[in-house]
Amino acid sequence: MSVALLGAVGGLTAVGLYLMTGRPLSRIVLGYALLGHAAVVALLIAGGRAGRPPIAGRAVPEAMANPLPQAIALTAIVISFGLTLFLLSLARRQQALSGDDLVEDDLEDRRIAARQGEPDEPPGPSAP
Amino acid sequence: MTELISVTIVAPLAAAAGGLLLRSRPLARDVATLAGVGSAAVCSHVMLALVADGGPRSLAVGGWSPEIGIVLVVDMFAALVLPVALTLIFIVEIFAIGQRRTAWGANPELAGPLIAVLTSGVALSVLTGDLFTLFVAFELILVSSYVLLTHQGQLAQVRSGMTYVVMNLLASVLFLIGVAYVYAATGTVNLALLAERIPQLDSGVRLGIGAWFLVVFGTKAAVFPLFSWLPDSYPTAPTTITAVFAGLLTKIGIYSMIRFHTLTLMDDLGPAILATAAITMIVGGLGALAQSDVKRILSFHVISQIGYMLMGLGLFSVAGVAGAILFLIHQMPVKTLLFLVGGLIENHEGTGSLDRSGGLGRRRPLLAAVFAVAALSLAGIPPFSGFVAKLALVSATLEAGIISVMVTALVASGLTLLSMTKIWTEVFWGRRTAGDSPPVPGAVRDRRTMNAATACAVAGTLAVALLAGSLFDLSVRAAEDLRSPDSYVEAVVR
Repeated sequence: MSVALLGAVGGLTAVGLYLMTGRPLSRIVLGYALLGHAAVVALLIAGGRAGRPPIAGRAVPEAMANPLPQAIALTAIVISFGLTLFLLSLARRQQALSGDDLVEDDLEDRRIAARQGEPDEPPGPSAP
Repeated sequence: MTELISVTIVAPLAAAAGGLLLRSRPLARDVATLAGVGSAAVCSHVMLALVADGGPRSLAVGGWSPEIGIVLVVDMFAALVLPVALTLIFIVEIFAIGQRRTAWGANPELAGPLIAVLTSGVALSVLTGDLFTLFVAFELILVSSYVLLTHQGQLAQVRSGMTYVVMNLLASVLFLIGVAYVYAATGTVNLALLAERIPQLDSGVRLGIGAWFLVVFGTKAAVFPLFSWLPDSYPTAPTTITAVFAGLLTKIGIYSMIRFHTLTLMDDLGPAILATAAITMIVGGLGALAQSDVKRILSFHVISQIGYMLMGLGLFSVAGVAGAILFLIHQMPVKTLLFLVGGLIENHEGTGSLDRSGGLGRRRPLLAAVFAVAALSLAGIPPFSGFVAKLALVSATLEAGIISVMVTALVASGLTLLSMTKIWTEVFWGRRTAGDSPPVPGAVRDRRTMNAATACAVAGTLAVALLAGSLFDLSVRAAEDLRSPDSYVEAVVR
């Protein structure tokens, strides 16, 4: 297992998560892409040590890299590619509707924010 | 038998393709999607009968060995959950066709085929025998749900859809990293092989994997504290879409959690799961009380009910897991029915807001009765299905001697009843504040299809109550198989 690859997974995850906590959707897209890369590299590490390309006839099986995690990683790459495009189109739609691509507060947050500054209890009609 | 497994997954996908091709011809499109979803539902019922007699079966896709290939397994647990789920999707699909394209209806050109894709994802996630195919099945469900949630392109939907999409994308990446961990530790992603290998791992690694997947599945299932995306996004979607999501999606998360954590013997995580379950129940119940919109109240109930199933799993006993399975079976029709009724209320009143509606009980007594059945079921009042399921869970908790969690469950039941009473008094009693005969823009005049679909859902919940005895026996068998997974492993490895 290579320490450099492990470091790469850690770094990609850290940067990806940091970007994903931001509000602009364009940053979130980048963060998601980096996180996806982290997962793919983690899958490669899980496959064990590197070896010859796993193609029949090109190398003896003992010298080949483990093809199963590679197959899994390939599927994951395709899925995350499609989802990145969907996120981008969502950002475009949001921009067309509201003029920016910021992820807004949810309804509950807004209700709580709206209550700040109000008195805790509405003044009753017949306070003693 | 093995043909049935493949038809259940492939038929809805074929129907989705057909539905998209026949986009411009409404009748042919509806028939195609209904046929696909319906045939999957029929297959699942046949599988239940076969598995009840002959035990679990498996299908190795492409004939690969389970070590490297994809395996589909149908055991008692899968066979029990699948017919309920697929039949419900079929009913909702009929409702969607009746609802047509209104302010609350989904665009039928897209919704029909997308619900078919979602059906295939649900079937695959229930039947899959390996962790990575489970990931793919989740993605299949999520991708169609992203589009279903946002396809109308209104500002509220895009706003809340973003929270939903980003949260689920994050959970998917965590799932993928979890798959890498599991593969690195055991050299396989096949669940049957994991059932043998994970218990032999060093306890730190084992619990790490267990906790990791608790977070992954917990996000899908909207468990405390990972639930905030749910009540924000569900209510903005068209009713039919919300009904499918609320009835099925979170339940698939719980299903996967029960499957994975019992197969790999994560008993040590029991106390942590129980604590999370208790908080989830209470937070969901309190959240529902604070809301003033029918669909938002119902969304918080989804969270609260997830706590009950989590509680059954956290006990890690046959009785507890059986209770959780029975609760899962009872929840799916009840939750779907409640959202369908919510849709009918919106169709009548032009709003789901409690402040602006009222007096519906006098104008539509039958709708009020249907809502009462579903609400009492959800709260767990005796003759209805919720009572049996909650009784099973509570007695299992009592058996395990965990009184505090049991009391929490009962308190959460009370909270559920309280917020249901709130909907009842505000919507069905009183009088309309907005005038007597309001114009409801875009409401569907011909409600026969929607009413028929709702009637089917009512029949479903009542059937769960009537058949509770035999369903509980089957749940106990499923739980026994999960607690001692020899027959499952044998069916896969042979």
